Amino acid sequence: MINIIPNIIFTLILIISVGFFIRNIKKLITVIKLGKAVNRFDNPGKRLTNMIRIALGQSKMVSKPVSGMLHVIVYIGFIIINIELLEILIDGITGSHRFFSKYFNVSFYNFLIASFEVFALLVLVSVILFWSRRNLVKIKRFFSSEMKGWPKFDADNILYFEIVLMLLFLSMNATDLILQERNFEGYYKAGSFPVSSFLVPIFNSFDTSTVYMFERVFWWLHITGILLFLNYLYYSKHLHILLAFPNTYFSNLEDKGKFNVLESVKNEVLLMFYPEKASQNSTNVEKFGASDVLDLNWVQLMNAYSCTECGRCTSECPANLTGKKLSPRKIMMDTRDRLEKVSKNISNNNGKFIDDGDRLLDNYISKEELWACTSCNACVEACPIDIDPLSIIMDMRQYLIMEESSAHPDLNNMMSNIENNGAPWPYNQQDRELWIQEN
Amino acid sequence: MKVPIISDMKLKGESPEYLFWIGCAGSFDDRSKKVTKAFIKILNKADISYAILGKEESCTGDPAKRSGNEFLFQMKAISNIEILNSYHIKKIITTCPHCFNTIKNEYPELGGNYEVIHHTTFINNLIKNNKISISGGFYKGKKITYHDPCYLGRANGIYQAPREVIKKLDAELVEMKSCKSKSLCCGAGGAQMFKEPEKGNQDINIKRSEEAINTTSKIVAVSCPFCNTMMNDGVTVKQKEIDVVDIAQMIEKAEDL
Repeated sequence: MINIIPNIIFTLILIISVGFFIRNIKKLITVIKLGKAVNRFDNPGKRLTNMIRIALGQSKMVSKPVSGMLHVIVYIGFIIINIELLEILIDGITGSHRFFSKYFNVSFYNFLIASFEVFALLVLVSVILFWSRRNLVKIKRFFSSEMKGWPKFDADNILYFEIVLMLLFLSMNATDLILQERNFEGYYKAGSFPVSSFLVPIFNSFDTSTVYMFERVFWWLHITGILLFLNYLYYSKHLHILLAFPNTYFSNLEDKGKFNVLESVKNEVLLMFYPEKASQNSTNVEKFGASDVLDLNWVQLMNAYSCTECGRCTSECPANLTGKKLSPRKIMMDTRDRLEKVSKNISNNNGKFIDDGDRLLDNYISKEELWACTSCNACVEACPIDIDPLSIIMDMRQYLIMEESSAHPDLNNMMSNIENNGAPWPYNQQDRELWIQEN
Repeated sequence: MKVPIISDMKLKGESPEYLFWIGCAGSFDDRSKKVTKAFIKILNKADISYAILGKEESCTGDPAKRSGNEFLFQMKAISNIEILNSYHIKKIITTCPHCFNTIKNEYPELGGNYEVIHHTTFINNLIKNNKISISGGFYKGKKITYHDPCYLGRANGIYQAPREVIKKLDAELVEMKSCKSKSLCCGAGGAQMFKEPEKGNQDINIKRSEEAINTTSKIVAVSCPFCNTMMNDGVTVKQKEIDVVDIAQMIEKAEDL
């Protein structure tokens, strides 16, 4: 009876942490669904290909070779080590030790464990390099104004988490190896340990019962650490490891230059030109463009949660590179921060949003940032998981012009020229052929 | 210069294969007017059946749309589409990537469906199909760098056509630090052409011009009227003797049209 108590405790911890994680993911889906409708369900074949190429295949990561390769190593390591996680879960629930070793061919099992160890080491080295890039080399894109406070803390937390988890994994294997060599009960020989065997001297001087205690402590800390990390995702930018997949699947398939043609405006313009073609039962549009997160569509909201704040967008943005306030990464972070606040407001008010005197425009994203954008699409191109900050900027500009009439003053001249003489400059449309006569 | 106007052709019962959409810059901006004329010489040389809208042409609505004024954009688009459709236009060539992008991508949903071709693609096809011959000439062996317009490159994935034309001029094509899909904007897109930039520590066109200057080439090839202006201003500010020329002008000069 005593023997199965740890298994019961383990199963309970597992159920609670997975349950809590699922609860949060459901909350997340509810929040994303607050966004306006947009059809991104067409062309499933192409979408799937995009997801496999960009999220699974990491194709856009390697455009920056150093961080790209390090990221690919951590990513592959993460996936490979998850196979080991399966064995750990089975061991935890059933009380077995190295469950797979009984069912797999010895050399195959040894190969598996050895490759987990090699990847654990590679991940450890890569994560330490990542940490150094942030904290020693101080790469510029990690030190913009929007990266102060929680974003910096969060980024470092993730790296510390991963370092500790890899060290626990290797230490667990090292102590396991000692117990195997000492023929400790239950620890029959299984696995090959090319990396952790170097850690054996650290623990070898202890007596067997102490080594056993170490092994158990490492095992428990490692698995509970992973379950804790799983639940940290929801509160962190690290959520990208999951959202990268739907984010690339539902990304825009059109040419990047094609901006959404607003249906609501189309009907009003048709009414002016061809009343017979306009939809008669058009509902009154409450608002043109976006001033707050609930005016955005669900893909834009998902984009905000998918952003891992790497700053590749901002480091390619011509406005940001020349010292303007605009940072596409900040657009995404502001959208997420505001969305968090709005969703709490909604859940505290029985599913209805109560005006809190706050909004995305002005209180998070200033007009100065919005007007600095050249719509060049560099940010969209740079994003490793196809986030589209430009679409949010354009939606907010639409609100500024069509709802607040607060265009940049220079632009008002340009627009009245277009309206009155069909060119952005004050030239008469009748003079459009004059160049033919000129020499 | 004799340029066929579509309304005149219609009176004679003729219809051109292509419409050459000049664009506002091509009609009114001094530098761009030269590009318009250079391209017309190419069209004539290749014996292409084309016409222009003349006084019936108007802004596509691009700067209004990128500013956020969807109403003005759609009003312009719908009236332009009405004119284009009344002449049964099927194919449109334009020397402006902004007009190109807007007509190609944003007119279809408003009832305007055309095959839209940027002039660099058109010229490249003329050379490939031996409609015009290129023999190097003025640009032979010269070092040339090419600036990708955002609305041709990233926005529509056209990177090769202009580069192929430059290579056919027997010139040495050198790339800037950022090029193709990672190219740096000239600073004019998104209606920035028509306003003062926001406060910062540098103008975008100066930054891009520095990249061009760093290639040590004395010629910067462009394929957009706004990039043309921005890059010209940029190299002038940096007091460099660098020629900023459109691909069409390069053909004009190389072939002595």
